[in-house]
Amino acid sequence: MLLSLWSYRFFILSSIKTEFKSRFIRSNLGGLWIIIHPLAQVLVYALILSQIMTAKLPEVSTQYAYPVYILSGVVIWTLFAEVLGKSLNVFINNGNLLKKMAFPKLALPLITIGGALLNFGILLIMMFVVFGFLGHLPYHALHWIPLLTLLTLALATGLGLFLGTLNVFMRDIGQMIDVVLQFWFWLTPVVYMMNIIPEKYHALFMLNPMTGIVLGFQNILLYDKAPDTSLLVYPTIFAIIGLALAMLVFYKAREEMADVL
Amino acid sequence: MSSALEVKDISKSFKDYRSEWHRVASWFGLDFKTKKEHHILKHIDFAIAAGEAIGIVGQNGAGKSTLLKIITGTLKPSEGSVHIHGRISAILELGMGFHPDLTGRQNVYHSAGLMGFSHEQIEAVMDDIEAFTEIGEYFDQPVRTYSSGMQVRVAFGVATMYRPEILIVDEALSVGDAYFQHKSMERIREFQKQGTTLLLVSHDRGAIQAICDRAILLEKGTIIKDGNPEEVMDFYNALIAEKENSTVKQVEKEDGKVETISGTGEAKINGIGLYNQDNEILEYIAVGDTITLKIEIESLEEIPELTVGFMIKDRLGQPIFGTNTYHYKKQIKKAQKGEKYEILSSFSMNLGVGSYSIAIALHSSDTHIAGNYEWRDQALVFNVVNTSKKEFVGSSWLDTKVEVNHVK
Repeated sequence: MLLSLWSYRFFILSSIKTEFKSRFIRSNLGGLWIIIHPLAQVLVYALILSQIMTAKLPEVSTQYAYPVYILSGVVIWTLFAEVLGKSLNVFINNGNLLKKMAFPKLALPLITIGGALLNFGILLIMMFVVFGFLGHLPYHALHWIPLLTLLTLALATGLGLFLGTLNVFMRDIGQMIDVVLQFWFWLTPVVYMMNIIPEKYHALFMLNPMTGIVLGFQNILLYDKAPDTSLLVYPTIFAIIGLALAMLVFYKAREEMADVL
Repeated sequence: MSSALEVKDISKSFKDYRSEWHRVASWFGLDFKTKKEHHILKHIDFAIAAGEAIGIVGQNGAGKSTLLKIITGTLKPSEGSVHIHGRISAILELGMGFHPDLTGRQNVYHSAGLMGFSHEQIEAVMDDIEAFTEIGEYFDQPVRTYSSGMQVRVAFGVATMYRPEILIVDEALSVGDAYFQHKSMERIREFQKQGTTLLLVSHDRGAIQAICDRAILLEKGTIIKDGNPEEVMDFYNALIAEKENSTVKQVEKEDGKVETISGTGEAKINGIGLYNQDNEILEYIAVGDTITLKIEIESLEEIPELTVGFMIKDRLGQPIFGTNTYHYKKQIKKAQKGEKYEILSSFSMNLGVGSYSIAIALHSSDTHIAGNYEWRDQALVFNVVNTSKKEFVGSSWLDTKVEVNHVK
């Protein structure tokens, strides 16, 4: 299965490119939109929130601490939510293709991941541009970003592939996860800080595998220090089990998928 | 000869479970009763030799598409197995997965990538594909600006960029214009010569008989006929025309040709013959002779309106000439049970040299689709020979005067 995927590497790469290009192919500004969208997203957080919510964070001197805090969490959450959300429907949306062409089905989620990663990269760069204007340039722990990104991808892919496979047969799952994702966002310390949560609930928050990752990103981008590795153990285990479970279910289901699409 | 494709006793059923959780449980070995199983294919079994061309025919819903999907690998059979020796390329639908906003060239990269080709392999033949499609500047225009004919040109170009061991063509070619159909047929024949096995799905009798060595007729998920294309197409046509309570049977005649008889049986054909003016029965007919086709029929039940038609077909089964008593306002009204009639049609044998067959149909109005009482394909076979006319070739004889004048 994996070997045949390797022989489709060209198709996967060109599909990522195609999907990316097709988003703006008929607009006059073309490639500019790639920058405008994430820039707008970043600016909303940076400018508006810095004016409305001027509360300073402990340990951080800049008045832009809060927007930087939010941005650090949002950027990695966006990656997680995009991969998970798109993986849910990746087989359904490509149903026509799956019924008519024989090719490794796993190429489809890989294309999704690639596209999301590309968006993430651009968002990250835009964020640094804005950080630069705000006079906040963390650089001590940047080498942690690839590792945390990989972990997020593994987590989102495992969940996404598992639920996306089941979603082909039980379409309620997709709808349900869309709702769950909204709650999930607010149950992850992206907008607020962990210290507003009563101490007794902290253990509960740590059951959320995204908590450790988001805290890690905030460490890297806001506090300019390495993430707390002890918080990353749980998400790593979660991701590995999730991926294994997803591969198992996908392996069992793949032959029946085209029957119900 | 070694077989290129072996379909071994495959069946396919789509299962409805009471709950989809039961389906999930079934992946892990837990068995639940299914609410309903739709059997689409039942025990399909055949093998195709390398280089053979097979036509697959059948009415809508007979299971043709499901069979093709199983052969191409997008669906898995519920039982049985498919063995393929070599690469399959399928043209199942025009513009397969084409992205409307991308150019033809970009779509070629995309589609060929989907078929598993590498960038280098595609680049190596890109110029050939562009030349083959003959759509000029459109090749670098977005596909949404294409006509359906242009799309099928690109799709065909991609599917045949490298010679596959097995080529599957599902109707798609009928979209192209005559020129392109011709061109794509040429390429298919070229592949065939090099050993490609062809699977053609079509309702077009002409195409099946012209290209295929063999035809398979599917009906309600089973193979009901597998053999010579002409014979299978006769059977298929009879099947379309038949009503539910009628029968179809095929009888092999002494000359090896197979006669197909179908119909609901309210009337029957007792005898058919070609006669000359001296009322002698003929098997060999000279070009230009005036002859009479005599059809003797009997009505077995009371029939309000009875039309008798005949069709002369060439040795490939292509229609040459046909008409019926309806068009000559000679239909039989209120035929009583047991009444016998004789229909005499006279015409000049202005056909080219060759072997022909006559099909006879007894039906109620001007077409054989409504009320088909009896229909016989290959009811009579005769040969046209040239005994008195000047040498000529072709399917028809035209009474020709030739004059040669010396001009200066």
